Amino acid sequence: MWLNALKRTAAAAAIFAVTAPALAETELTMFYPVAVGGALTKIVDGIVADFETANPDIDVNAIYAGNYNDARVKALAALQSGDPAQLSVMFSIDVHELMDLDAIVPFDDVVTSDEEKQWLDSFYPALMENGKVDGKTYGVPFQRSTIVMYYNKDMFREAGLDPEKPPTSWEELAEVGAALTKKNADGNVETWGAMIPSTGYQYWMFGALTKQQGRVLMNQEGNETYFNDPKVVDALNFWKDLGSKHAVMPEGIIEWGTLRQNFLEEKTAIMWHSTGNLTTVKNNATFDFGVAMLPAGSELGSPTGGGNFYIFKDATEEERAASLKLIRFMTSPEQAEKWSIETGYMGVSPAAYDTPELAEYVKTFPPAAIARDQLQHATAELSTHQAGRVRKLLDDAIQSVLSGQSTAEEALDSAQKQAERILSRYK
Amino acid sequence: MRSSRQIHAWLLLLPALCLLVAFTHYPVIKTIARSFFGFGTRWEGKASLDNYRFLLEDDVLMQVLFNSFLYAAITVPVSIILAIAMALWVNSKMVGRGILRTAYFTPTVLPMISVANIWLFFYSPEIGLLNKLLGLVGHGGINWLGDPSVALYSLMAMTIWKEAGFFMIFYLAALQTIDSNLYHAAAIENASKWTVFKRITFPLLMPTTLFVLVNALLNAFKLVDHLFILTKGGPNNASNLLLYYIFENAFSFFDTAYAAALTVLLLSILVVLALVQFGVIEKRVHYR
Repeated sequence: MWLNALKRTAAAAAIFAVTAPALAETELTMFYPVAVGGALTKIVDGIVADFETANPDIDVNAIYAGNYNDARVKALAALQSGDPAQLSVMFSIDVHELMDLDAIVPFDDVVTSDEEKQWLDSFYPALMENGKVDGKTYGVPFQRSTIVMYYNKDMFREAGLDPEKPPTSWEELAEVGAALTKKNADGNVETWGAMIPSTGYQYWMFGALTKQQGRVLMNQEGNETYFNDPKVVDALNFWKDLGSKHAVMPEGIIEWGTLRQNFLEEKTAIMWHSTGNLTTVKNNATFDFGVAMLPAGSELGSPTGGGNFYIFKDATEEERAASLKLIRFMTSPEQAEKWSIETGYMGVSPAAYDTPELAEYVKTFPPAAIARDQLQHATAELSTHQAGRVRKLLDDAIQSVLSGQSTAEEALDSAQKQAERILSRYK
Repeated sequence: MRSSRQIHAWLLLLPALCLLVAFTHYPVIKTIARSFFGFGTRWEGKASLDNYRFLLEDDVLMQVLFNSFLYAAITVPVSIILAIAMALWVNSKMVGRGILRTAYFTPTVLPMISVANIWLFFYSPEIGLLNKLLGLVGHGGINWLGDPSVALYSLMAMTIWKEAGFFMIFYLAALQTIDSNLYHAAAIENASKWTVFKRITFPLLMPTTLFVLVNALLNAFKLVDHLFILTKGGPNNASNLLLYYIFENAFSFFDTAYAAALTVLLLSILVVLALVQFGVIEKRVHYR
């Protein structure tokens, strides 16, 4: 009996010795969000599967976690409850809050070799703006976007406009929009000239209009906002005027979630939306459509948007190295090229556009290059300490103006005052 | 003997007690503690009333509270009246009764999130069903979810549609327990239909009405799933409700301490409502 037990132990030990190398494999848990429609989860899972094939010693558990807000909530909840999570794709603008919570490590502390350091410098600088704080890089770009202008070329032709000449300035947007707005016999509008969504991510759309006025909404440290700058007020007035004065856009609030469907059903000739929608629009549009940079106010401009990779502080040295390996794989030109073609998100480095596939794709489908070309006019997306609260102040101010509850001056003044009160603790 | 029976009783209670303590009592106590000792996501060493002071200064909260009470004040009575009407109808002997009952009950079966996704497209100004119908009569359409003066009512309409069928089931069951002799007697007295309803049916439904009222009121404060899809509380908080506001504070702003103070407020409201319901209304309920 006793001998039997000993034998069994010995056998177990032998088995353990054989399988030990397999147990040494690193397990990574990664959360990622999807903010636009389409089968994006399948694409991410595909890339992760490719990575696991190439790196059998690393086991990746990629978890789809809803929209950006949900992803952050889930990742942080996992960390707080002691569940392991080593890296995540989260909103690029979460960086200040993640730092305040002491949840993430700078990539500068994780990269070691010269090759890795070079990799960290290989991205478009505009995409690094939201990820850099105090000279250190905390977020590496992955599913990144800018806002682009989708327009229906068929509707341009019907209205007697040149389909190759989308509006390039605010004045032209109002003029072209007026020509595209069609009313029925009752005097009710049947199709609109343009739509800019004002739910969900309205502060982001507003970031484009303010950049086009040559203004940014906050400083790089994320402890100051400039909501009531006169030019910023002008930008909000222009947004409102598109509905109330120029009447090329429905007055009031326009839903982010249904806007793409509006465009696909030809209820609006122009929409401003994330470039992350490009492939879905391409696959579903029954008409000839084009994509252009957003029109200029005093200059061109759009905020960047989307998600960055972050590595969590709780990860061990070994897990950090494995995470870095995964992130390098997913942002490599070959993967970025695939990702960009299948979604419409940008290739995050110039090298991605040098791959034969993406170079060819951009040549046959020029809209795919617009977001990239717009990068040189791009600015960081609104990102501050206590980002959720500050963002809501601006979101509410925008909606109160667009729905006619208050004037741009009043609403933005009040938002600025409240933001200053919140941020005073971070100076 | 007596003490062993006591132990026996406690042992039988233990499983339920464990669950209640772990998932109800402990979180409530911790929430109350956090509302006094918390700041943001951190715990402070000493108690303060800062979180409660902020409750008084918070303009958004005032609007959220107003919205929540208006939401309850309209959705609860309307769902109950509709539920009684539907129950009376599908309780009568008629062809196709089964199909009608199923149709009324369907909204209850569907998950709130999928329902909200469907209604999002009903409510969409340009491509939505509702505005297309309005277009047929030459109306320019309404921005159902985007107009601050309409958004909350749009949410209410969907909630009533979703809830009324559920309450109908309880009324239907109650109607079938009413003694038919009472109706025969009323028929002999030549009582009008309204008198029959007022003097027989409605009083005998009162226990059900109390039950439904308690549930409907709780749901009015507890059910906010549709806000995530439809309006996110917008435009400019016009459709924001208390529980959604708590979620925003806890998970968008990471101000768990203030969210805890808000939760204590919500709990107090629910306790007061429950006391009023059981203390005042129950006295007037006719149990047999």
